[in-house]
Amino acid sequence: MTPSTAETVLFWVLAPIMVLAASGLLFARKAVHAALCVITVMISLAFLYVAQEAPFLGVVQVVVYTGAVMMLFLFVLMLVGVDASDSLVETLKGQRWVGWLAALGLGVVLVGVVGRATYPDAVGLAEANAPGNPTGVARIIFGQHVFGLEVVGALLVTAALGALVLTHRQRLKPLVKQPERAAARVAAGARLTPLPAPGVYARHNAMDVPALDPDGNPIDESVPRVLRIRGQEAGTAEYRADTYRRAVTAVLAERGTAVTDGEVDAALGTVEDDPRPAAAPPGTTTGPTADIDLGGGSTRTETER
Amino acid sequence: MTLTNYLVLSGILFSIGAATVLLRRNAIIVFMGVELMLNATNLALVTFSRLHGDLTGQVMAFFVMVVAAAEVVVGLAIIVSIFRTRKSASVDDINLLKS
Repeated sequence: MTPSTAETVLFWVLAPIMVLAASGLLFARKAVHAALCVITVMISLAFLYVAQEAPFLGVVQVVVYTGAVMMLFLFVLMLVGVDASDSLVETLKGQRWVGWLAALGLGVVLVGVVGRATYPDAVGLAEANAPGNPTGVARIIFGQHVFGLEVVGALLVTAALGALVLTHRQRLKPLVKQPERAAARVAAGARLTPLPAPGVYARHNAMDVPALDPDGNPIDESVPRVLRIRGQEAGTAEYRADTYRRAVTAVLAERGTAVTDGEVDAALGTVEDDPRPAAAPPGTTTGPTADIDLGGGSTRTETER
Repeated sequence: MTLTNYLVLSGILFSIGAATVLLRRNAIIVFMGVELMLNATNLALVTFSRLHGDLTGQVMAFFVMVVAAAEVVVGLAIIVSIFRTRKSASVDDINLLKS
């Protein structure tokens, strides 16, 4: 029995791809690329299994290896961090060369032995696969290897338990949830309501325009902290809503006081002593260029506390 | 082409996997090297099964797959727990027993 021409073509197409992808695993800088290379090798292997009269194993290869095992690898890569790259510091002197030599020697020995050995004439699986490949495999598994299958089942359960135990993390601090956070906020006397949105009652609702309180005074808190620290907060004078101002002007006019801008400002008490710089045009930064530490408190997530 | 080509391919894949285990430092990539070696042995088992006309080889390959799946679960859990404590996935950093 010799492989058919189609199978030969398939082999010579897939074999270089597989060896290249395997080398990709060896040389890839990023772990994700290595994982993709391994997935390529595994899918090609599934093709070879089907070509080698083992369709059941071909399907299992795709389902178990590429579907489950490699996805598990990708999940762990997500957990551990994609950029967890190799360190280039040699902790063992000369380990790299010895490793290369050992691997090369292993390859030469394996290929030499396997390639030069004499094999009996290939029998082929046409007879064994007569009732169907999965049927034949099942007869052997559930005939001669029942106990082995039971042991493997126990192994799988143990492995699942082991993974649960190994990745279990004991809670060292009490869990902080919304009620606890609210109580802490009240106890600290901090602001209980949400911050006002920028631009409320002002004439402009851009992010850098502070909201105005009922007296017409700007509320600094309403502008995002980053903009405030960078000094990109807009001046209030030009965006101040003049509803209140008009009301005051009207009241003053009713009283018969002469109405000038200065008097109204004096009446309003909103003379701008320290005018903030106007909003910077996009693309320019007026504030410090270096990164500012905004404090860990804001960016830290709940789980890390 | 004979079935020997499959065996040679299996040998090449196995040694590439072994080289990965020996040369790479990232624990996850090392682990993928182990997987590659297991896959290479599976290819050899399937080929021998065909060579001898006996499905037992395929059954063995099936068992290898199942055991490999269990091994991956535990191994990755170990890697994750080591990463949590040491903040590193490099096999060189795990030298707690040294000195």
